[in-house]
Amino acid sequence: MILQTVTKIVFFIILTFGVELFISGHNNPGGGFIGGLVLSSAFVLLYLVYDIETVHRGTPFDFKRVAALGVLLAVGTGVLSLLFGVPFLSQSTREFDLPVFGETELGTMTIFEAGVALTVLGVVVTIILGISEDVE
Amino acid sequence: MNNLLVLPMILPVLMGVILVLFRPYIRVQRVLSLLTMVLSAGVAAYCLEYIRRTGIMRLDFGDWLPPHGILFVGDSFAMLLVLAACVVSSIILLYAFVTTGIETEKMFFYPFFLFLVAGVNGSFLTGDLFNLFVCFEVMLLASYVLLTLGGRKMQLKEGITYVLINVLASWFFLLGIAYLYGTVGTLNMAHIAVRVAEAGQGPLLTLISIVFLIVFSLKAGLLLYFWLPGSYAAPPTAVAALFGALLTKVGIYALYRMFTLIFIHDPLVFKMIGVLAVVTMIGGCLGAIAYGDIRQIVSYNVIISVGFVLTGLAISTTTAFQGASYYLVHDMASKALLFLLAGTVVHLTGRSKFDEISGLIRNYPLVGWLFFLTMLAVAGIPPLSGFIGKVYIGLGAIETGSYLLLAVAFISGIGVLYSLLRIFLNSFWGETTISEDDQVSFKKALGLPLVLLAMLVVGMGIGAELLSPYIQDATNTLANPEQYIRAVLDNDLK
Repeated sequence: MILQTVTKIVFFIILTFGVELFISGHNNPGGGFIGGLVLSSAFVLLYLVYDIETVHRGTPFDFKRVAALGVLLAVGTGVLSLLFGVPFLSQSTREFDLPVFGETELGTMTIFEAGVALTVLGVVVTIILGISEDVE
Repeated sequence: MNNLLVLPMILPVLMGVILVLFRPYIRVQRVLSLLTMVLSAGVAAYCLEYIRRTGIMRLDFGDWLPPHGILFVGDSFAMLLVLAACVVSSIILLYAFVTTGIETEKMFFYPFFLFLVAGVNGSFLTGDLFNLFVCFEVMLLASYVLLTLGGRKMQLKEGITYVLINVLASWFFLLGIAYLYGTVGTLNMAHIAVRVAEAGQGPLLTLISIVFLIVFSLKAGLLLYFWLPGSYAAPPTAVAALFGALLTKVGIYALYRMFTLIFIHDPLVFKMIGVLAVVTMIGGCLGAIAYGDIRQIVSYNVIISVGFVLTGLAISTTTAFQGASYYLVHDMASKALLFLLAGTVVHLTGRSKFDEISGLIRNYPLVGWLFFLTMLAVAGIPPLSGFIGKVYIGLGAIETGSYLLLAVAFISGIGVLYSLLRIFLNSFWGETTISEDDQVSFKKALGLPLVLLAMLVVGMGIGAELLSPYIQDATNTLANPEQYIRAVLDNDLK
């Protein structure tokens, strides 16, 4: 009971930390892979505390598809560079003047990393679920 | 820069991922995967012609110049193999459409098929040693899944051996890469070649080269082939054909790359490869003759041809390289055909021992004659595709005076012929045991991939002349590694 209550809060802290790691990865330690691992640990915690069915009701998506989407996103940014006639996997950045954030640098690298994060999330959760299913 | 070069790898990956999202729609999956393979084959053919006209292609990912970035290098040798792999796997797909059950197809069969081909193509094209490791892993992971998909006891049993062996080999591979990086400080293959040449290939580097020899021998089935016959006989026919046609070839390609580009300075290693090749051919022949299971015999035939192709590397002359290039391309098509035929026979009769089957040629004339044709092609009877490769490797052996290699190579040819002829005489010839009413009907759709592959085998034999400019080009790069090095390291050549 205590665990469930704590988890309700901690889940979001972990998610935020995952996103933080993911975003800081551009210039500091962190990045898509670690961010994805932390994100997936949040889900694993949920699976541990509640049972699989309850979590499935709350997350109505197939994690295999999440992984596929992630790979698609990551490879997609690489392939997009083919359309612009630059070498495969080229990344570009540009400065934008956004309202709240002010002068911000946005790069296609972030999309690639988001793909990596989603892939890691999908694969880790799929593996954990795969192992747990055998026990039942 | 030429982005075309990445397409044979990236198209299957991309499509494989998209197909994961189309899980319930089998028909869509079939059409799209076939389309992808055909398209990749088209790109590979175009690249091959392009390379012949303008020289080796190179693509620096993200515009990071070598030796700092990773890159794909397309020379004719690699591209020929990519083309053959794409064509052969398209045809195997046609066979898989008919034979793979809907249950298996829904378990992501086509995505993994495409990932496997992507890994194979990536391994052929990459110019970076660590990238080679990654592509190997992509290929292997997909092959683990395809091997065990279906979950029959035999598949799981062989799967465990296969996974363990390959994990061990991968670990050695990583170890070798670490040693090499620690010694020469670079992972770009051309750059390694330059540094190895500068430093002179001392005992340390030779030792590292032997680590790589062990790794790739495990993958190619050179001497260390004990895992191969079981795991190639276990999976469904289409998958077995894919394994037989492609997987060992990647190991062979890696051996050729390493020992024609990087570790070329120590004749001792080439002697070792020669000894390994001889033992492999003898062991393969013994296996092919000893076993009664058709699928086992066919798997041992793969081993014999591995030994045969690597005699070309042991000899390492221009003529031998030419023969090896011809033989590798031929072997992809003819081994695929042989595996498909063996699987078809087992499927039609429900038995796998050749002495339990008899007189099949009455019931299924097409299968019978195709088997006969394949047997001749594999044994190297002119004008079929195996002939020309054998002649050139033989010529190479004579040039260098390696008569032992020559003798074993050609006696192994007789072993191949004998092992397959036995199947032919026992199973196809003789008293017909299955009456016309009892026989399992032979679906027309099964015939199409078989006939296509047979046409390829015949075509490569008769049209060897058409292939020869590309083979020449491939041989040239193998024999003159400085061409490869210049194409990679010369930053003005983009």
